[in-house]
Amino acid sequence: MFELIIRDRCNGCNRCVEVCPTNVLEPGPEGIPVGARVEQCQTCFMCELYCKEDAIYVGPDRDKREPVNEAQIAASGLLGQYRRDSGWDEWASNPQYDNQIWQLGPYIQAGGKRSVERVKLRIAEQAKRSETSDQGVPGQPKQGL
Amino acid sequence: MAQTSAGGPEPLRIEADVLVAGGGMAACWAGISAARAGAKVVLVDKGYVGTSGVTATGGPGHWWVSPEGDARKQAIDKRLLTGYGLADPTWMERIIETTWRVLPTLASYYQFSVNDKGETVYNALRGPEYLRALRNAAVDAGVTILDQSPVLELLLHDDGSVAGANGVQRQQHREYSVRAGAVVLATGGAGFLGGLLGSSTNTGDGHLMALEAGAELSGMEFSNQYSISPRWNSTRTLIYSWARYFDADGKELDVLPDNDVLERALIAGPVFALLNECPAGLRKTLPQIQPMTLLPFVRKGITDVYEKPFEVKLFAEGTIRGTGGLRIVGDQCETTIAGLYAAGDTATRELIVGATSGGGSPNSAWALTSGLLSGAGAAALAQSRGRRADSKVRAQGTAGLRPRGSVKPVDRRRVLEAAQNEILPLDKNVFRSGRKLRDSLGVLEAAWRELRDHDLAQGADAVIARETASVVATARLSYTAALARDESRGMHQREDAPEQKPEQARRLLVGGLDEVWTRPEAQAQWKPTHV
Repeated sequence: MFELIIRDRCNGCNRCVEVCPTNVLEPGPEGIPVGARVEQCQTCFMCELYCKEDAIYVGPDRDKREPVNEAQIAASGLLGQYRRDSGWDEWASNPQYDNQIWQLGPYIQAGGKRSVERVKLRIAEQAKRSETSDQGVPGQPKQGL
Repeated sequence: MAQTSAGGPEPLRIEADVLVAGGGMAACWAGISAARAGAKVVLVDKGYVGTSGVTATGGPGHWWVSPEGDARKQAIDKRLLTGYGLADPTWMERIIETTWRVLPTLASYYQFSVNDKGETVYNALRGPEYLRALRNAAVDAGVTILDQSPVLELLLHDDGSVAGANGVQRQQHREYSVRAGAVVLATGGAGFLGGLLGSSTNTGDGHLMALEAGAELSGMEFSNQYSISPRWNSTRTLIYSWARYFDADGKELDVLPDNDVLERALIAGPVFALLNECPAGLRKTLPQIQPMTLLPFVRKGITDVYEKPFEVKLFAEGTIRGTGGLRIVGDQCETTIAGLYAAGDTATRELIVGATSGGGSPNSAWALTSGLLSGAGAAALAQSRGRRADSKVRAQGTAGLRPRGSVKPVDRRRVLEAAQNEILPLDKNVFRSGRKLRDSLGVLEAAWRELRDHDLAQGADAVIARETASVVATARLSYTAALARDESRGMHQREDAPEQKPEQARRLLVGGLDEVWTRPEAQAQWKPTHV
């Protein structure tokens, strides 16, 4: 969930307020946006992606806040990681952050195939090892999932 | 409008040819299509067009089949089999062809990925960049976008045709009213606020609004797709195609795509995933494929994600990767209400995938195509019929806007959790039975009546009230349809009726607000005019 905005980094542009899909943030009295409705946060990290100052830290848990130390987070190297890995803004021309989404399909297919082979092998071995016992029948077949 | 907040800014009044409600792929394509057809288009989104919805946080693949040889026929035949009698080959052919033709035209807005052979790959896109591109394309086409402006209810003319919608600009605390010649609903699927990544905006708002206006829905029983993630957050799922699974005793589970071992194990106790089979190449490239996947792990302090098992959960996808939605009765994605169109996950996707999830590529191709078709259809209708902006209209909202009984404080959190407790758990929604469905419907019925009779909200609070009502209403439709389909077909599996019944190889329609009705669709009513 949304955790904090690093005050030294925030330039007060309120872009995060504008782009949050669940309306978590609002402009703050001191020019720094505040988490007015953190319970609505869906932990999608979109605010971080659109923050060119890398000033926002969203915690990893979608159900609860996990308070962190502002100074530690600022020094952690975690800020701006998502925007950088996405190759946005100043990272766009860096080949290290090229969009490799084309590999998604091939890796899903290869992983799915490998997993099915592995499980079927296991089932066959188990059946061989204990032909007299009644394990096996690993579950009911299902459709459409 | 139902209420005017005292002291708030003057309501905004807008006139347009076409109103598009929603802000994901289908909504953007609809807006672009209608604007390019010469219509004045206003697109209103609950969140921000670019970050809203399940595509923005995802990486949509598109159904992508070359016209060469008989590849398309083979792809369609394969999907007809898993559609279990409910899909339509004409629609499949249409979305494959449209996607193949149109997606590459986005190249001036989106930098497509290039594979290791130097070929441009058009069918796989990254969500945030895709939505950013669509937003820019929509703006260039002349679409007026209102972000943070959720629609709350539809307006109807006296003749029953759609006249526009009311909503609220939640950051300005300003109500708005749009009068339009045609309306496209592209508000996304119904995810029941189950925590799926990006789905907090996809509460089935369009389903409820259309239902209140008298629309019919179809396929709502196919609403029980789930996706795997760490227990504490829903993330992208590529790495789980390589996962091994273990129970709490460390016993490895024989999880296969076509068995229910994982679902049963998760009902019995905690389940752990181990990703040590992920190949080195994937580990190295993952941040460039899905930059978000590892982010939450790193922040949890998990540095050995590929070596140590971690607890997982199945997050409900509802109708998002289910297939139900508004019934489509024409080849421009017309609904059963004159002037009202449905696109993307708001519409039924049975037409292309029947009773099996279209998650992944068919749904994206559908979002694109149904967006284009509905936008063009809405533009043509609005241009021929006119806006009729001065005629008298009736607002259709019920729960949260116009309570039927005495206004009372309603604990929406409690009502929502009661409904979620019926619709989210695997033991109720995956392993269905008549008894369980009837019990759940009792709870959902009571939840719906409480909201309908007593809840009243204004401004940004009305958005929460309507989201709560939408979750309850769509859950109620889903289980009503699931009870009526007393057989097992595709993702809808009944423990008390495990067989597929040939006479039920028809789409199941559902509608009604006070009394939910169901009836099998008699015959496909559309006459496709072009491919």
